[in-house]
Amino acid sequence: MTTRMLGAPITRREDPRLLAGQGRYVDDIGAGALEVAFVRSPHAHARIVDIDVTDALDVQGLVAIYTHEDLPGRVGEPLPLLIPHPALTHGRTPCALAKDEVNHVGEPIVMVVATSRYLAEDACDRIRVSFDFDPPVVGIENARDGAQLVHDDVPGNVAAHLVQEVGDAAAAIDAAPNVVELDLDIERSASMPMEGKGVWARWDSDDRSLRVYTSTQASTSVRAAVAAKLGLEADRVEVVAPDVGGGFGVKIVHPWPEEILIPWAALTLGQPVKWTEDRREHFVSSAHERGQLHKVRAGFDDDGRLLGLDVTFWHDNGAYTPYGIIVPIITSTQLLGPYKPGAYRVEFFSLYTNTVPVTPYRGAGRPQGCFTMERTMDAIAQHLGLDRTVVRERNFIQPAEMPFDHGLTFQDGRPLIYDSGDYPASLEKLKKLVGWDEFEQYRTAARAEGRRVGIGLACYVEGTGVGPYEGGFVKVETDGGVVVATGLTTQGQGHQTAFAQVVADELGVPIDKVTVTTGDTRRFKYAVGTFASRAAVMSGNAIAVAARQVREKALRVAGEALEADPRDLEIVDGVVQVKGAPGSSVPLATVAVLSNPLRYAFDEETQRATQFASPADPDRPPVAEGDSPGLEGTGYYSPPRSTFANGMHAVIVETDPDTAEITVLRYCVVHDCGTLINPRIVEGQIHGGVAQGVGGALYERMVYDDAGQLLNASFMDFLMPYSTEVPAVETDHLETPSPLNPLGIKGAGEAGVIPGSAALASAIEDAEGFRITRMPISPSELHHLRVQHELASSAEKGLEA
Amino acid sequence: MKPSPFTYHRPGTTEAAVGLLTELGTDAKVLAGGQSLVPLLNMRLAAPPHLVDINQLQELNYVRATGTSPDGAGPAVVVGAAARHADVERDPAAHQALPLLRRALRHVAHPTIRNRGTTVGSIVHADPAGEMTAVLALLDGSVELRSANGSRRVGAADFFVGPLESAAEPGELAVSATFPVPPGQTGTAWLEVARRHGDYAVCGVGALVTVDADHRVVGARAAYISVDTTPVVLDLLDAVGTGPADTADWSAAGRLAASTLRPDADIHATAEYRRHLAAVLTGRALTAAALDARGRGVNHHTGETEETA
Ligand SMILES: Cc1cc2nc3c(=O)[nH]c(=O)nc-3n(C[C@H](O)[C@H](O)[C@H](O)COP(=O)(O)OP(=O)(O)OC[C@H]3O[C@@H](n4cnc5c(N)ncnc54)[C@H](O)[C@@H]3O)c2cc1C
Repeated sequence: MTTRMLGAPITRREDPRLLAGQGRYVDDIGAGALEVAFVRSPHAHARIVDIDVTDALDVQGLVAIYTHEDLPGRVGEPLPLLIPHPALTHGRTPCALAKDEVNHVGEPIVMVVATSRYLAEDACDRIRVSFDFDPPVVGIENARDGAQLVHDDVPGNVAAHLVQEVGDAAAAIDAAPNVVELDLDIERSASMPMEGKGVWARWDSDDRSLRVYTSTQASTSVRAAVAAKLGLEADRVEVVAPDVGGGFGVKIVHPWPEEILIPWAALTLGQPVKWTEDRREHFVSSAHERGQLHKVRAGFDDDGRLLGLDVTFWHDNGAYTPYGIIVPIITSTQLLGPYKPGAYRVEFFSLYTNTVPVTPYRGAGRPQGCFTMERTMDAIAQHLGLDRTVVRERNFIQPAEMPFDHGLTFQDGRPLIYDSGDYPASLEKLKKLVGWDEFEQYRTAARAEGRRVGIGLACYVEGTGVGPYEGGFVKVETDGGVVVATGLTTQGQGHQTAFAQVVADELGVPIDKVTVTTGDTRRFKYAVGTFASRAAVMSGNAIAVAARQVREKALRVAGEALEADPRDLEIVDGVVQVKGAPGSSVPLATVAVLSNPLRYAFDEETQRATQFASPADPDRPPVAEGDSPGLEGTGYYSPPRSTFANGMHAVIVETDPDTAEITVLRYCVVHDCGTLINPRIVEGQIHGGVAQGVGGALYERMVYDDAGQLLNASFMDFLMPYSTEVPAVETDHLETPSPLNPLGIKGAGEAGVIPGSAALASAIEDAEGFRITRMPISPSELHHLRVQHELASSAEKGLEA
Repeated sequence: MKPSPFTYHRPGTTEAAVGLLTELGTDAKVLAGGQSLVPLLNMRLAAPPHLVDINQLQELNYVRATGTSPDGAGPAVVVGAAARHADVERDPAAHQALPLLRRALRHVAHPTIRNRGTTVGSIVHADPAGEMTAVLALLDGSVELRSANGSRRVGAADFFVGPLESAAEPGELAVSATFPVPPGQTGTAWLEVARRHGDYAVCGVGALVTVDADHRVVGARAAYISVDTTPVVLDLLDAVGTGPADTADWSAAGRLAASTLRPDADIHATAEYRRHLAAVLTGRALTAAALDARGRGVNHHTGETEETA
């Protein structure tokens, strides 16, 4: 038997190329293309009065200047609202170039095409846009207050309002012996991929086809959008995601204005055109996420068991809703984590502000939900004087209760039913890993040295692998190479490795024979995209389905050649052989030749195959009915609903008693994403997620001033953690296979980021002894809380005295 | 993020560079390591029509520990305008003469940036968060400025005029910075709190403590970054008193510093937190400098004292 690849921690096959600088990102492609720069709004809320381009016209190298009124037909119409929802009563999307008004700093107003980006920016500098100003709405409180409106026709700035309720939460809480109430606040951050967006397009007037390279998480849908907007047949449009330098959610939004404008300009000008987003543009014109305020009421019994949970939250969706209300829907359903809430009511308002639009960023509403639920668990523990792990254990859904139906509707419109998971076992592993029960000893020892330490934990459940489907194509070439394609894209997840592992096992070929292509509409036309921790679940299974078809056909064709029953055959190391009689065999390469009755002997393999060719039956067509030439298969996987992964993080922090600096001493992760295709890749995903979780908890925020200017739109002031700020991550796995799919896998892409703010808040609270309700937290803020806490406790002492 | 058009000059001699600068006046900017200037150009926050690149000027590429400083005073470390932060940081003689240089430089950005950025450039750039501005000020150093009309030397007290504003005039090239070695038995320390490793400090303190033969304190000074529009130097001897260094009340110096300094808030820290940090770091830095003065250092992560070579 060949060594099993599924589950093997092999190193990523794509890394040598990427690490050696041989990656091909959009900006590496298409030298000599015309280049684009945009005049973007410097104001958060204004009406455009006049655009004067006169001074720009004599910039050398200028090719074209476009404003909204130049955009024909559908190109100038508002961009699509990708995911409508009945509760989204007031969805709004922008036009590709601003029409009459701007609603956030960074909104594109004028597109300049020139022979280089430098010259395009020179021209932008000389274009004067005059505005009439409207008062900007910044911050959730101002949006909620509704005194100023972002969109005149959206009363109260409310884009969406949604309530879900199971049982009578208010009554359950009122009847409960104990109640806690919390106000919890999470600020904005953003995906911040290393590579920003980028689009290159070329119209081939001879072939009458358009080729587009874009740094996207959804090339097939970009293709459909471009075709529709430009009035082309989809078959004349090819969209390719080349190497993509990270996405984390922001590139699942499509089409971005530039994904329509650049192809349109290429078509209009008849020349290749390219735009590469720079970091400043990315900060103000791509998407942000996370900003939410939550109000929690929880009723519980004297053992800490939840009886009723009532959560209202306000979600800042920025200026537009291109991606619908996926983020708050996820918060509202996924905040339940591994717990049974008793009666549950959740209500949210999705509010407009004059800031960059909000769309999913890795975790997509879950970090906020996890923060809300886990802060509540800690508050219950504190209220009752119980250990925080005990309260959690008592509220867990038990393995015997799986599948567990929450009675709610999830992001995919399907019922929220957990398929599997063993939460008590996960917690047991975590406690052991971090040394939960020994921590008090450590705290005492640290205290004796004048050090202040704290421990915290957070648990989550993540719905992964949402549908509707993904497809896979597998083909054995006549040289024995195996070509695999799937439509979804890759932006660092290691699909070249993981999908090849699946195929190597299913087909019985060495992994180095397998090549995987992703995100290229020329290779696979139907796909949804890489987001929602779905690629391994969806394409992994689809590719397995396709590989099984190929295997079946290979055995059939080989059976004919070897005059054996296909059921007696196996494929080992790329050779089909009779089980127990390896002498009787035929290489897969030869089988590939035999599967195609057209046998021009271009290569040795084909020449050799003739010895196996059985004499043709003159009465039967060479390709039998229902059969097709070639050794290939296409399969789809479409699950009834999401599969639910889970994990738990524990963290030990030290807070400097004087400077209030916060240091993460240990970061422990227990993770269950079902069957592991490649544990090393999963660990890498966890490490990256933890880095972003730590970033969101301790460093990153979008600092808007009252005028709607983003004050920290650079890597100097937007503090993504460096490797020096990210702790070493200690991991342990649990594998509870999903019963929903053939491979038993659950998604792992987003998991690492979800509990960061919750676990760190828990640990800092434990170190400091006062409640933490807002994240992220900086040393300056921690210091401020200490001062306030001291004032409050001395006032209390004064009262007592 | 592409710069506006400019004309690029790369003179081969200091004389030619100075001649160009004087001729072009306000139309030209010196390009040294480019670590501060290039981002400003790319964001079009600066758009000088001419850049004069001084990276070819080998005669300015030096770090010298000398017995007598160029102005005729005592021993000093003199750094030429083409010397990188990394050159100064790694120079053994400079470290021997003035360990504070390396201690402070380790907090200047990251190794990759220190490999390009120049120490003189960071002084001329006069960022109130730049470590080397405060080191120059603490040591009472000076900068030599040269134009086609001649040379002049400006002491640190007059050199830092405002945020990103130094006494170097258009047409002038800063050819070197002189860091005098303080007289007597002294110890130094550099401490700062930054949001991330290598970031500009939220508050940074350089301390200089001088003791006499009986280890009694005879001098206590500290210099601060990120608390004002220029580096600030405070003489803290009065707060500490002239008692034995081992029992000195360094935290009193911290309280004095906190009540004297007037920091501003920004998006990373409140003014109050900065003042608080100034007090804490002053106490810690003076303690460390006093230990250094007697040949012992304190490791702030372990709290243990260790020998400093
Ligand atoms: C990510 C990052 C982090 C950083 N963190 C820090 C930090 O923590 N602390 C810190 O101190 N610095 C920091 N820096 C700045 C770095 O130290 C710079 O190198 C330094 O400020 C400027 O030196 P330079 O040689 O790069 O000067 P340049 O960028 O070339 O020039 C800066 C300015 O000084 C002028 N200039 C330079 N040399 C001369 C001269 N000889 N005569 C006249 N004018 C001159 C230039 O015209 C320009 O106006 C950081 C930089 C980056 C990119």
